[in-house]
Amino acid sequence: MSIKFEDVSYIYSPDTPLEKKGLDNVSFELQEGSFNAIIGHTGSGKSTLMQHFNALIRPTSGKIEIAGTTITPETTNKNLKELRRHVSLVFQFPEAQLFENTVIDDIAFGPKNFGYDNEKAFASARFWLKKVGLPEEIGKRSPFELSGGQMRRVAIAGVMAYEPEILCLDEPAAGLDPEAREQMMALFSEYQKEGHTVILVTHNMDDVANYAENVLVMEHGKMIKQATPREIFKDRNWLQEHHLEEPKPSLFATKLQNYHFAKLPLTIADLVKDIETNLKG
Amino acid sequence: MSKILIGRYVAGDSIIYRMDPRGKLLATIIFILFVFLANNPVSYLIVTIFSIAAVAATKLKPKVFWDGVKPLIWLILFTSFLQLFFSVGGTVYWQWTIFALSSYGITNAIYIFIRFTVIILISTVMTVTTKPLEIADAIEWLLKPLKIIHVPVDKIALIMSIALRFVPTLFDETLKIMNAQRSRGADFNNGGLVTRAKAITPLLVPLFINSLETAIDLSTAMESRGYRGDQGRTKFRILKWSNVDLINLCYFILLLGLLLIFRTH
Ligand SMILES: Nc1ncnc2c1ncn2[C@@H]1O[C@H](COP(=O)(O)OP(=O)(O)O)[C@@H](O)[C@H]1O
Ligand SMILES: [Mg+2]
Repeated sequence: MSIKFEDVSYIYSPDTPLEKKGLDNVSFELQEGSFNAIIGHTGSGKSTLMQHFNALIRPTSGKIEIAGTTITPETTNKNLKELRRHVSLVFQFPEAQLFENTVIDDIAFGPKNFGYDNEKAFASARFWLKKVGLPEEIGKRSPFELSGGQMRRVAIAGVMAYEPEILCLDEPAAGLDPEAREQMMALFSEYQKEGHTVILVTHNMDDVANYAENVLVMEHGKMIKQATPREIFKDRNWLQEHHLEEPKPSLFATKLQNYHFAKLPLTIADLVKDIETNLKG
Repeated sequence: MSKILIGRYVAGDSIIYRMDPRGKLLATIIFILFVFLANNPVSYLIVTIFSIAAVAATKLKPKVFWDGVKPLIWLILFTSFLQLFFSVGGTVYWQWTIFALSSYGITNAIYIFIRFTVIILISTVMTVTTKPLEIADAIEWLLKPLKIIHVPVDKIALIMSIALRFVPTLFDETLKIMNAQRSRGADFNNGGLVTRAKAITPLLVPLFINSLETAIDLSTAMESRGYRGDQGRTKFRILKWSNVDLINLCYFILLLGLLLIFRTH
């Protein structure tokens, strides 16, 4: 089953002088089990779009089909548990959502809400605490004693612990150190390979090139392009026009003189391979 | 939540927006006092026309003002209702135990209704056309004389501005945390009282921690920039009287004159 957006528009504070278009006639389809990236400038509507996936906000007009649920402007916050069990969202700066006495209780909060019994909830919590790269002892500590990076991992574990089929991540790695970022990205990629759908908002084009198979580009609330990373990063002029960066390997390749590239390398692995070919050839 | 007291500012562009907040605050207070001078149909008509003129001068949609009156409509109706059935005097049309409908009651009910409504309308004119921080500045100015009796006016003003500044932030934060917990299966809409009270912990704890952190950050930032309270501070937003404010206050003198002429002595 795919995820389908049909002419979805969202207006903030409608009928007031502060009225603002958050989304403007967005239509697309995402494949089940795919890794999708959403890119675009600050204020382009990425977070607004993300909150539609599990109906935290409902479209002002249009229709969304996701995980067997149809979301329309008439949908209300009631009876959405089933949807939210299947489609979950990690907010930007999710460390703000921690509240329990201990880390492990906090991670188990989601699973318990979605009907796991106590034993299963805590087993899952312990499993995901390890998965996000934190030692077991941290589970007994208060989440408020942790460093920012550790809190981020706990928050991410808290959402993955009930294993949603569709995992939506809004800039999950913003502000993390490069090593933590790699670990988190690897975790999401592994999760997708196990058969889940991942939707990731990011400003990091290397992450897009490395992991995504499908990219949505947002601008002023509109979706201006949907394509593979290769397609997106092919057109340098188009990227510049829309103030989007390129992956570092392609920039690096452009700077190498007297080298021949059949197509611009997007990832470090591609770059290394191409350089090797050039040196041998 | 924040709608009732503060943060009701609506962006717009009309002469009222360009007035000095001190002038507007004074005018609002004067108007509220003057309303109590009205005591007959003509004088009530005058205050009504006056407040409608002020509403019209904002050039905002009527809905903005209806939103101002709406939260208080039951209070207004209830008070008018009390006047209607519990005042005695004039011709009595109907009576049953302690309830009585008299001509005196009817006029009183109408007067109370008008009095309430125009006061709310004028305060709304003030709050929708003046940014909360400007209102705080105006209140600070108004309280200045109290410095003589050692009331810490600057500190009160600072507390007021900070509180005002963070109301929208807190509101956004609340919404964000609510959504984050909803995402994790929290349910704020269903269940009985106990369930709902329990459901609120995942909202309140992060909100509290967040506010404390913001407060600590803010005080650190203020201290590291050398903030030390009252003595010799200059103002970032400098308030300026202009002719518009003068003319505005003249209108209110006109109102006073009219009321004094037309009220029943
Ligand atoms: N709660 C809100 N109220 C009003 N406008 C908002 C709100 N949240 C976002 N917006 C506006 O909607 C637009 C899209 O915002 P957002 O989806 O957060 O962008 P992004 O995540 O791409 O930075 C922006 O112009 C923003 O100012
Ligand atoms: Mg965002």
